[in-house]
Amino acid sequence: MMDSPRTAVSNPPVQPMESNLTERDLIRRSATSELPTPERQLTPVAKLIDVSKCIGCKACQSACVEWNDTHPEIGANVGYYTNPHDLTEDMFTLMRFTEWVNPETDNLEWLIRKDGCMHCADPGCLKACPAPGAIVQYSNGIVDFVHENCIGCGYCIKGCPFNIPRISKVDHRAYKCTLCSDRVAVGQGPACAKACPTQAIVFGTKEDMKKHADDRIADLKSRGYANAGLYDPPGVGGTHVMYVLHHNDKPHIYADLPDDPKISGVVQAWKGVTKYTGLAAMGLVAAGAILHGVFGRANRVQPEDEENAEKLVDSAAGHREDA
Amino acid sequence: MTNSWTDIKNTDLVVVMGGNAAEAHPCGFKWVTEAKANRGAKLIVVDPRYTRTASVSDYYAPIRQGTDIAFLNGVMKYCIDNDKVQWEYMKAFTNASYIVKDGFGYKDGLFTGYDPEKRDYDKSTWDYVLGDDGFVTTDPTLQNPRCVWNLLKEHLAPYTPEMVERICGTPKDKFLKVAEMISECSSPTKTMTSMYALGWTQHSYGSQNIRAMAMLQLILGNIGVRGGGMNALRGHSNIQGLTDLGLMSHLLTGYLTMPTEKDVDFTTYMSTRQFKPLRPGQTSYWQNYRKFMVSFQKAMWGDAARADNDWAFNYIPKLDVPSYDVLRMFELMYQGKVNGYICQGFNPLLAFPNRDKNTEALSKLKWLITMDPLETETARFWENHGDFNPVDTVSIQTEVFQLPTTCFAEEDGSLTNSGRWLQWHWAGGTPPGEAQHDTYIIAQIFLRMRELYRKEGGAFPDPILNMSWDYADPNEPTAEELAKEINGRALTDLMDPTDPTKVQVAAGKQVLNFSQLRDDGSTMCGCWIYSGNFNEQGNNMARRDNHDPDDTGAYLGWSFAWPLNRRTLYNRASADLQGRPWDPSRKLLEWDGSKWTGYDIPDIAPTAKPEDVGPFIMNQEGTARLFTRGMMRDGPFPAHMEPFESPVANVFNPEMRGNPVSRVFETDVAQMGLSDEFPYAATSYRLTEHFHYWTKHNRVNSALQPEFFVEISEELAKEKNIGNGGWVRVWSKRGSVKAKAVVTKRIRPLMCDGKPVHVVGIPLHWGFTGSAKKGFGPNSLAPFVGDANIETPEYKAFLVNIEPSTAPQEATV
Repeated sequence: MMDSPRTAVSNPPVQPMESNLTERDLIRRSATSELPTPERQLTPVAKLIDVSKCIGCKACQSACVEWNDTHPEIGANVGYYTNPHDLTEDMFTLMRFTEWVNPETDNLEWLIRKDGCMHCADPGCLKACPAPGAIVQYSNGIVDFVHENCIGCGYCIKGCPFNIPRISKVDHRAYKCTLCSDRVAVGQGPACAKACPTQAIVFGTKEDMKKHADDRIADLKSRGYANAGLYDPPGVGGTHVMYVLHHNDKPHIYADLPDDPKISGVVQAWKGVTKYTGLAAMGLVAAGAILHGVFGRANRVQPEDEENAEKLVDSAAGHREDA
Repeated sequence: MTNSWTDIKNTDLVVVMGGNAAEAHPCGFKWVTEAKANRGAKLIVVDPRYTRTASVSDYYAPIRQGTDIAFLNGVMKYCIDNDKVQWEYMKAFTNASYIVKDGFGYKDGLFTGYDPEKRDYDKSTWDYVLGDDGFVTTDPTLQNPRCVWNLLKEHLAPYTPEMVERICGTPKDKFLKVAEMISECSSPTKTMTSMYALGWTQHSYGSQNIRAMAMLQLILGNIGVRGGGMNALRGHSNIQGLTDLGLMSHLLTGYLTMPTEKDVDFTTYMSTRQFKPLRPGQTSYWQNYRKFMVSFQKAMWGDAARADNDWAFNYIPKLDVPSYDVLRMFELMYQGKVNGYICQGFNPLLAFPNRDKNTEALSKLKWLITMDPLETETARFWENHGDFNPVDTVSIQTEVFQLPTTCFAEEDGSLTNSGRWLQWHWAGGTPPGEAQHDTYIIAQIFLRMRELYRKEGGAFPDPILNMSWDYADPNEPTAEELAKEINGRALTDLMDPTDPTKVQVAAGKQVLNFSQLRDDGSTMCGCWIYSGNFNEQGNNMARRDNHDPDDTGAYLGWSFAWPLNRRTLYNRASADLQGRPWDPSRKLLEWDGSKWTGYDIPDIAPTAKPEDVGPFIMNQEGTARLFTRGMMRDGPFPAHMEPFESPVANVFNPEMRGNPVSRVFETDVAQMGLSDEFPYAATSYRLTEHFHYWTKHNRVNSALQPEFFVEISEELAKEKNIGNGGWVRVWSKRGSVKAKAVVTKRIRPLMCDGKPVHVVGIPLHWGFTGSAKKGFGPNSLAPFVGDANIETPEYKAFLVNIEPSTAPQEATV
């Protein structure tokens, strides 16, 4: 059997099967310095979102809610098609709609981008996370949250260059897209890609997805989109969720997609500190979080926590300017 | 659809106009993305709004709602003026060369014979010149000034790009770009598909919108070919099945028509339906009408339908008016002339225009039965919901019976998709609570009524008492039993017409398809066009073979398409006069010297010689009609008309309002608004997050699009001081709604006849039951008038006013 599914459109295997994503496939584990080297390397996977084929139907959002059994609230209309209005602990993916007038043609373009976790090869959330094993990365590239280990501190949000994780107001743990790790583990592609009627969302090996993107970019260039390209930002080591953009020269027009995302300097420093005095520091934070939990309050990062963390970092590794 | 969803992948150009395929048909829209990805196809969107479909288009042009005919006539004129016509196809396969009677003409927005009192035309001059042989006189050289082609050119003459801009508000350069892209598809090796929906039908001249595009497609040679066609995207998964099975007051099954009072007996009825060919050697397939009709009567009344009683012809009600369409029924109800109403799978309180009138009409009923899986607003029309349903409950005496039914996923059966595919489905779950299948409920009503008629008699109990009800369990006919009845079977041994000593079909066996039906009472068939769906080979609708030899998109082994499993109608037109495919790379059929062969079931007798028999076998002419004679009430050519409520006057005749022959009820005339009081052009539409009034009952869909809103331009918002996301009140002559405002760049004011026209977009989907936030529908505002030919309400173009407001109020307890 192949170690990971090559597409999301084929029907799932009908026989029950063992999960193919195990502890032994982890290449990173938050706040864990010594992780055994995996015995095998899974084929890197990727989800490719072709913004130019997306019709904004929200089938992906719907499938995500159904598969993950979340219960997003029925909100209000505030003047936009983007509903809910932001990612939430119950909405791991979100179609963001932007009305953009192309200054070159003076034509309106309605840019619709499916937002959600990018599954960075170099995941800022994982690096920022002080809770051992709350965030893990598999050798196929999937970055997953392990909720029972989460202390709800919110550092993952700070660490994420894409502003993706959200803390639940109910259980005070962080939530985000899992790239359907539970489906991928048993040979199925992500629910969103399976549901996408125009196959604007496709799934497979990262290599295949890049090839597919090349074809799409050639087509877009033939239709006059000279700057069409693949969004696979090197600042985070590339991502396992990639976009085909018609205007890859200015990703920010797609609802503030970062032009050049990088992990913040603080988190980079934090990563450094874990090697030396991190364990003690994390012990403090974790204990604080547990206390918060006892009193039933959301474990948001308070300014003083932030300060303390930075002090710790400074004392351990010396102050660095955020590039 | 003339073609199928899967065939759209074969096209070079997709024109979405009068629809919003990506929004309302996202799954079918995948075939557009296939065409773009695999063939480099282009997508054009022409719409008052920059839609979700426009967001993935190659070219978008704005248009004022209700002016599609002017636009399309303009494109036709452009093609003819620029020699972008598939001449060989057009000359051979249309009636362009036919000579028209001298009296016919068009002036001041009206055709010959208009009677303003009757609001109708005397159509006697709208006809061909017939020769002594009974056939139409033609001029294949197209020189005769009275031939259809020259009359058409004359009719199109005013529709210059400047006139299109003046009427439609489409900037001339954008119109010309669209016309140029379309005109390229006149090449025999380039095809265009037209994908349209209720954006074209919901006008008082909706049928003419569609005709205009059909004519353009004929001029370009795009009917009957792969990647071409007129493709109506049906708005409901089985709405195609609804019309096919005759669930309209003027239809029986398979487009057989209801008799009228003039049809005093079966012979009279048949005399106006068995159309004789108008050109030598043509098929004129309706000559078989009698076989289908007699077999239908046998399906309905079995042994009680006999030759000596006109096959029980008098058991069928006779229409005293053209139709008892929904508007007429609610008008009658409003007048207090209807006692009871069975409302099955329908939510008229939100679906029919002028909601206040509907509420009043329902309040005059003695009883109302609703059959629905959901708690509809119609079932709760008497319940006060504050501003959302401000009725005085105690004053309503209508007794309401709510019968919960199963939904599609809880029953076996078939759904007919837009491409005419009958796809069988199997129950995936058991019904909740007391829900029952619709077939069970109808059977119970029927059996109890029959018992009452048996006991108590009545004015004419025979049609009820004699109805055949031959099911294993009379209490609940199964979907399979009904499907077999629809297919039809032999009642006695059918002998082979070519060899009378041989039995073709033994008594009791299913017929192969409608070609075996007889008019002597020896066969029965519930719906002739579906015949072949469930024959002795089994349930053909349940077939799931997805092989597609040479990737033509035909998929002949998947489900069953009517008629005869044919996937592309008029497919003989995909080949030239010698029977060679116009585009060898897109072959559908080919004449091999003795018969038609290819990838699809030929839409012609398999041995009909290509040079002799025309491709449009359902027409008496054998050709397609650029000129429709008197078959449409509002004219043989599509002419520009304005909506009944329009922000600008008709440039051809400023006195004319709406379609001059649309039926308008007296009480509704006073409820039509004028642009001085209601200056803004409203239109209604669906959103992809929802399906009609169903999905607001589902929490997921409700979260994705929670609350009723209207869309306006930034310019109008500024003029009216309306903030994005703020509350507004929108009102017409008939009602008022409150909504959130979505202020958007996707709607822009249009300059029409020298003045700016602001568009107000009003989505449907909200009501006062379900999970989503309570809201309103566009039917609170829309006018109670329909298409002149088929009475589809004019939902896509009417007038409103708008102002900032406060939030609507719930009922106070």
